[in-house]
Amino acid sequence: MGSLIQELNQTALDAGLPISVQLDVTYRCNERCVHCYLDHDDHGEMTTAEIKDVLDQIADAGVFFLTLSGGEVLMRMDFFEILEHARALLFDVKIKTNAFMIREKEADRIRDLGVRTVQVSIYSHRAEVHDAITKLPGSLKRSVAGIRLLQSRGVKVIIANVLMRQNLNDYAGVKELAQELGAEYTIDPTITPKMDGDRSIIPLGIEGNDLRQVFRNPDLVGNVDEFCAPPPAADDGVMDETPCSAGHTACYISPYGELFPCVQFPLPSGNVRTQKFIDIWQNSIQLNEVRSIRARDLPVCSTCSHVGTCTRCPGLAYMEGNMRGPSTQDCEKSFARTGIASANMLMKASRTTLAGLVQIAGLTQ
Amino acid sequence: MNAIYIAHGTKLAGRKLKNQMIIMTARDSVLSSLNEVGTAIWDAADGVTPLEEIVEQKVCAEYSVDRNEALRDAEEFVQDLASDGILIVSDKPIGLEERS
Repeated sequence: MGSLIQELNQTALDAGLPISVQLDVTYRCNERCVHCYLDHDDHGEMTTAEIKDVLDQIADAGVFFLTLSGGEVLMRMDFFEILEHARALLFDVKIKTNAFMIREKEADRIRDLGVRTVQVSIYSHRAEVHDAITKLPGSLKRSVAGIRLLQSRGVKVIIANVLMRQNLNDYAGVKELAQELGAEYTIDPTITPKMDGDRSIIPLGIEGNDLRQVFRNPDLVGNVDEFCAPPPAADDGVMDETPCSAGHTACYISPYGELFPCVQFPLPSGNVRTQKFIDIWQNSIQLNEVRSIRARDLPVCSTCSHVGTCTRCPGLAYMEGNMRGPSTQDCEKSFARTGIASANMLMKASRTTLAGLVQIAGLTQ
Repeated sequence: MNAIYIAHGTKLAGRKLKNQMIIMTARDSVLSSLNEVGTAIWDAADGVTPLEEIVEQKVCAEYSVDRNEALRDAEEFVQDLASDGILIVSDKPIGLEERS
């Protein structure tokens, strides 16, 4: 499937077509995960009719991959009406849910509607750890029961394991649980700042030696030598690359109709409640600015030895204050992988030294 | 020869990009791309138009091909797609209830 997917992405990129959209149907949730980046109050979500209209518009625009997420999607009473409409438009649908509310009836509907994958966040195989993160007693038990119902109906489930300090020692257990359930397993050590820029949850994430150990576990990364290899020298091809699909072939729509390049890149680019999707996609000044950026345009990262291999997220950089700047979390990942400091890290270290000198100068006046 | 009727499978996703149909099956996550002729047959797969008629109207009328050869190729094509769950193939018209 790989080469055809690449071909499809390239075709979309060349033609300026959106191929992938994440639509969050609600920010409401029955869980209160400690690391969540969302505000769970309802500030006026799109109605069923508005969401159906958006789905019609994005299908017309060529979108093929649709992720329905939240919040918890099943908090919406009309979720299956939305899903049915999406499938009638022949989207390839992925649902992100905590599976807490998936019982026999919901599992049957998801199977019958031909949803291709359901992604469920599981933080630990131990209820005391998982439930402490979700702040919902009994959530591990219910989520696992929901996964079993889906798997027994042949629905493909992916268990997503966000890794943080609180569950650092449990990823092997979650992986084993995924195997036992017949689900796929993915791990992500990224904690995203809140949508309003609040970074107070970032310290929940792992760093330093802990991150190094994760990156040296062959069960998680495959070939460690390859994964942790020093970055090769960047050529012109690397410098002309676009950072990721955000704003190029993919975008994100919030429950309030706001359109952003990505869920992790909350740059307001338009609102589908007041503008047609295709007008925003084609004419948004913000999206066109995002599209114009190449690696060579990044003042710090273009000088960094990691430029060709870094997982730099432009959204995380934007939330740090500059979409052309470095994403410190990704700098830390590159350092944890290779032991080689990024240009950003070296610059910060040098600034710290200079700041000390400035203070000494001030005291002597 | 008995008529063949074709309809779209239900557990799949599809989108037309630059006149080519892209299809993903939910069962095995296999992504397929139909060429222009395959896309024309896909577009006409309404469950009630016989394949022979589809080939005459959508293939022979548009492309310079031998009718019998085109029909043979089309039959093979729809059977291949049926084995992947992309099309439903029947010797009777296919109603909505048979597609669910």
